Amino acid sequence: MFRTLSQRVWPSRTVLVREKHTLPDLPYDYNALEPVISAEIMQLHHQKHHQTYVTSLNQAEEKFLEAKEKNDLKTMIALTSQLRFNGGGHINHSILWQNFSPKGGEPEGDLLKAIEANFGSFDTLKNGLSSSAVSLQGSGWTWLGYNKSTNSLAIATCSNQDPLEPTTGLVPLLGIDVWEHAYYLQYKSVRADYVKNVFKIINWKDVATRLATARQ
Amino acid sequence: MFRTISQRLLPRCTSMRQKHTLPDLPYDFNALEPVISAEIMLLHHQKHHQTYVNMLNQTEEKFMEAKEKNDLKTMIALGPMLRFNGGGHLNHSIFWQNLSPNGGEPEGELLEAINKDYGSLENMKNIFSSATVAIQGSGWGWLGYNKTTKTLAITTCANQDPLEPTTGLVPLLGIDVWEHAYYLQYKNVRADYVKNLFKIINWKDVSVRLAFAKQ
Repeated sequence: MFRTLSQRVWPSRTVLVREKHTLPDLPYDYNALEPVISAEIMQLHHQKHHQTYVTSLNQAEEKFLEAKEKNDLKTMIALTSQLRFNGGGHINHSILWQNFSPKGGEPEGDLLKAIEANFGSFDTLKNGLSSSAVSLQGSGWTWLGYNKSTNSLAIATCSNQDPLEPTTGLVPLLGIDVWEHAYYLQYKSVRADYVKNVFKIINWKDVATRLATARQ
Repeated sequence: MFRTISQRLLPRCTSMRQKHTLPDLPYDFNALEPVISAEIMLLHHQKHHQTYVNMLNQTEEKFMEAKEKNDLKTMIALGPMLRFNGGGHLNHSIFWQNLSPNGGEPEGELLEAINKDYGSLENMKNIFSSATVAIQGSGWGWLGYNKTTKTLAITTCANQDPLEPTTGLVPLLGIDVWEHAYYLQYKNVRADYVKNLFKIINWKDVSVRLAFAKQ
């Protein structure tokens, strides 16, 4: 997040330069996930919602650093809510775009072994993720996560944009966004249909890579 | 919520729970256009609110079954469902009355209270709008009445948490900012929805609620 400029250039001060967060590109076209998720939703979700989290996150970090320089602890604390909401929004959506793929597929190899060890079968996992996602009250995410302490998989939910790892310690592998903006234009009130269909476009290779990295 | 049937008819005391029902809208589904589309009103009333009503009835049923078995753990476990669906039913029942195709402007005691506590209607609307637009996730912005201090208050609640049980404030006017309340029409621009909503507020209803709260 920070780069320290050499003290040879400015002998009296060390200056911290913050790199700004940027909106990551989608690894596919806006219409690539149709008919499961419409191009209209993908465009709004990426260019409006995720972009806003990025923009607001940069603003919050800017204000936080200003407050830090003035040793204004009250303001630093007051900003944590914005940091969590927008930072979480940026983290979560950055994972989400990678979790999707037009080709979908099925879990294999070590990932499939882990799923079977923890849930009995892939179907049981899907059922568990689905019920959790459908019954989530309000806005939030259902996650398949990895518990590094117990070397096991777990299903967890977070409200709003609370990011999985800072909130629960679990490493995020696969997220299901059930904020209404994720599906409403297409599925209206029927969240269950959206959740059911979303399993057709999961990039299980990405999920497997996240698990492998988490286990290192 | 309950009716007791006479012991002369049934020698053992029986109570019957009256089910909650979806209240009718006081106007047609298209009456609030162009501020809120008929499509949104239809879905919001017949799908979302209806679901809260159905789930509330189911939850109350399960609660009573658990109570009969003295199953305290289940009674407690049902709390979130009662709060979520009960709150959803309470909140939306107020909301439909808070809206009107020809809502007018605040008058009389309501206007006096607004001017006293906020300086002006404009100022109240600005504070109310900012608080509501800034809600993180799903929730409601509320103009409420504090019976203890006899003042108006603007606050927000998350999800379907109902105002009075959560804060003690009596609900006068609610703004639903769950995405289902505006997304089909306003997409991500919640601020436009909130701004436009002030054109269709039923200020007479808000006045009546204030008058009741003051009794």
